[in-house]
Amino acid sequence: MTDVKQPLRLRHVVWLLVGLALVAAPHIERLPWWLTGLVVTLSTWRVYLGHASLPLPGRWLLILVVIGATAGVYFNYRTLFGRDAGVALLVVMLALKLLETRVLRDGMLLIFLGYFLVITNFLYSQTITTALYMLACTWVITTTMNGLHYSRREPPVIARFRAAGVLLAQSTPLMLVLFLLFPRVTGPLWGLPQDAYGGATGLSETMTPGSLSSLTLSDAVAFRVKFDGNVPSAKQLYWRGPVMWDFDGRTWSAPRALYGTPEFTAHSPPVSYEVTLEPHNKRWLFALDVPGKVPPRALASADFQLYAVQPVNNRIRYEMTSFLDYSYGQVEDGIAIRRALALPAGFNPRTAAFARELRAQHQNDRALIQAVLAKFRNERFFYTLTPPLLAMDHPVDEFLFEARSGFCEHYSSAFAALMRAAGIPARVVTGYQGGEVNSLGNYLIVHQAEAHAWTEVWLRNEGWVRVDPTAAVSPLRVESGISAAVPRTDPLPLFVRAEFEALRQLRFTWDLVANTWNQMVLGYTPERQRLLLSRVGIDDATWYSLTVVMLCATVIIIIVLSAVMLRHIRSRVHDPVKIAYLRFCEKLQRAGLPRDPAEGPVAYSRRLAGSRPDLEAAVTAITRLYVDLRYGSVPEGAELRELRLRVRAFAA
Amino acid sequence: MYVSFRNQLYNWLFQLRGPEAGVIVLVQRRVFILPTGHGVIFAGVLLLMLTGSINYNLSLGFILTFLLAALQVNAMIYTFRNVANLRVSGGRARPVYAGDTARFTVNLENRGEAERYSIGLTHDGKTAEFIDVPARATATVQAGIPAPRRGILRPGRLTLFTRYPLGLYYAWAYLELDMHCIVYPRPAPPGVPLPPALSSAGEGSERGQGQEDFAGLRQYHRGDSPRHIAWKVAARDQGLFTKQFSGRSDTELWLTWDQLPHRLGIEEKLSQLARWVLDAHATGVSFGLRVPGKTVEIATGDVQRDLCLEALALFEP
Repeated sequence: MTDVKQPLRLRHVVWLLVGLALVAAPHIERLPWWLTGLVVTLSTWRVYLGHASLPLPGRWLLILVVIGATAGVYFNYRTLFGRDAGVALLVVMLALKLLETRVLRDGMLLIFLGYFLVITNFLYSQTITTALYMLACTWVITTTMNGLHYSRREPPVIARFRAAGVLLAQSTPLMLVLFLLFPRVTGPLWGLPQDAYGGATGLSETMTPGSLSSLTLSDAVAFRVKFDGNVPSAKQLYWRGPVMWDFDGRTWSAPRALYGTPEFTAHSPPVSYEVTLEPHNKRWLFALDVPGKVPPRALASADFQLYAVQPVNNRIRYEMTSFLDYSYGQVEDGIAIRRALALPAGFNPRTAAFARELRAQHQNDRALIQAVLAKFRNERFFYTLTPPLLAMDHPVDEFLFEARSGFCEHYSSAFAALMRAAGIPARVVTGYQGGEVNSLGNYLIVHQAEAHAWTEVWLRNEGWVRVDPTAAVSPLRVESGISAAVPRTDPLPLFVRAEFEALRQLRFTWDLVANTWNQMVLGYTPERQRLLLSRVGIDDATWYSLTVVMLCATVIIIIVLSAVMLRHIRSRVHDPVKIAYLRFCEKLQRAGLPRDPAEGPVAYSRRLAGSRPDLEAAVTAITRLYVDLRYGSVPEGAELRELRLRVRAFAA
Repeated sequence: MYVSFRNQLYNWLFQLRGPEAGVIVLVQRRVFILPTGHGVIFAGVLLLMLTGSINYNLSLGFILTFLLAALQVNAMIYTFRNVANLRVSGGRARPVYAGDTARFTVNLENRGEAERYSIGLTHDGKTAEFIDVPARATATVQAGIPAPRRGILRPGRLTLFTRYPLGLYYAWAYLELDMHCIVYPRPAPPGVPLPPALSSAGEGSERGQGQEDFAGLRQYHRGDSPRHIAWKVAARDQGLFTKQFSGRSDTELWLTWDQLPHRLGIEEKLSQLARWVLDAHATGVSFGLRVPGKTVEIATGDVQRDLCLEALALFEP
């Protein structure tokens, strides 16, 4: 098409519509139903009008719809800015633009907006599946853009898909160079909207029995760990997260961070590992009990919680060392002790009575704890992910004396409450326990389903000591993971079930691929970029040196690409006889004796003999050889060699 | 001063050397390329996407942005390749009458292995003819150029261009082909009867006004026989004309400058002569043309008609 005002054909409008619909499809689950309905209606209307060759709606009607849709989005999201509202507006505006798409210029604009819509999908998901799907969408859009520019005959669909595919494939090398070398800055450049990140799962700062159970049903990965040496035994894999100090009778909650320097005495060599933490929109970083150092851009609290300076909105990576055998907190200040003993008055009276009874029997704290654990172990307590609901007024009483079935959060909550009632300072620690070794990639995967809660009690002269009451009820939970511990009838994500070995291998393979993707592609940070460059010998890569390297690589790629592509436009002569003869003609042309296009070789030779008698012998010999080789039936070989020699020697 | 400098710059930059004979090969130096408006907008969208990717730390956003940026670079090479190395030569242009559109034929030869799509040819940048040139093939495209005046019309600078494959770039080459088209004077409306013919045998027959052969039409005069009225023409609502008939080749008809009234201007005289040439050709008589400085000897047929019209077209007072 020559002109930006060239009308679009219906076929092209449908192509545009299909491309945009494919890109917008993943957004549908996030968009309000009325908006999806509106967009579908508008698109259908556009195709109908085009099909029936009816005029498109007037400007005023469109402006009315714009106002209506904008108001609708505002009432739905209470804002017009931010991620979700922005996407909703973009989708509805695209549908409206489609309705006033008449000419080539409109079509191109829709294509550009379509590419932009692709990128909005990455705000929600950057998995391999999303990447592949969006690549397919980009292919369709590019094919459409290409299709708009055939002014005569459009090749068949397959050929156009191939053409666009080749275009994109040939763009890949330059894309890789730009991706690797474009100077990265750590975002954001300006404040992000409130809803920029959302939907991530993870632990929260409160624990009410029942809250973790939603996590145990999630197959999401919490983090992955690569150990420098061997993976410690499952019993030692306590990933420390939020520490709950405050109990209101029902709910445990973590106080605002109590910053301080955690002090401990190590009794074993350190374990080193690297954690790749999935975004969970909270500040906790997870590490094995007890963390031996604080990662960069993070802080530690006195109770060994690690906090990132910013909420973890993106996947982050940090190096850690931990000491698995330790003691700490022998000297604890009075405020902390009082806090670890506080119980709300009037709650759970039977628990309090039971604690007094225990205290009367056992003077020694350790003996008291053992008695409680023995009670859990020997009496009819059950470990299940589907416990009965507890009454709201005295949940600990009800759990300990009636229901007696639950999982980690019930046991830890009840245990800590019981300890406090008996005068032993106690707190609840949440985090993850265990993990699954991916033998293919030799790293540990910790799922959200492995969320766990345990307790710490403070003993005079010993400090804070970890006690996991769940282990007393169900040793399997700690030793073999959650799948071994729960009854078969309990709901669990299929993957956690250990029965399907083939499925497990498949899942490990997929997780390895996903992890590699996360590390290599999504985790390509400014630090990684510097690391990569120092590996190829460019140390201390600055913004400036990166740009220079990038531009050089870009130029090289463009030159190679041009050379490869421009090769196709030259005529290719494969016939050695013809090549030799053309060379001969070229020499004569330079001497001012060009061959007429309509002149045969023999006639040419005769004319040359007339005008340049000095060349007659050479010209006649070459012409005779050429004619023989070309039209005669002599075998090539000796004659061809002679022709070449004579042409080389020829000078006009 | 400025204008002349600019012209020199243009001539150097675009290698404008005046009409060239033979085959023009569009070597790299002859092909120019610039982004289109869409190309600029696309680059702007990419910048926006890059900013978004940095702000939201979207690795896949970076990948998409860079892929599209590479696509834009790639498209530039494609667009350039689409016209580069074409072999262009001027074909014939059929003579036209003044006021018509001359159609200059341009042959495009593609000796390469890649098909060239959507190659446009334009002379004014407004209207264009498009053509695809398959691999190892030649295609023909025409540039229509209005011919307002009689004489020789040269196509001037033609532009061969393309926006294929994505419309992000505009690649073009200027063609100054050594072509011309002869523009005949526009024939005057029919009506003025042919001048009297002379008998070639010298028998003094006035004009071969006979009954045998159709010789042309003239305006209807009162008293003409209804049998001779050209009813078919009348049925087309073109007015009443009377058919004239003549005897044949024994008559010679000279169409000369001084047979026309003096009050007519030069161009009007040429128009009238052109009309007479057409009328005489239609009657089939032998005719000749005599204008100041040029004489076309008596003959018949299409060649004679074209010779006479050409003489009128090239007439210089």
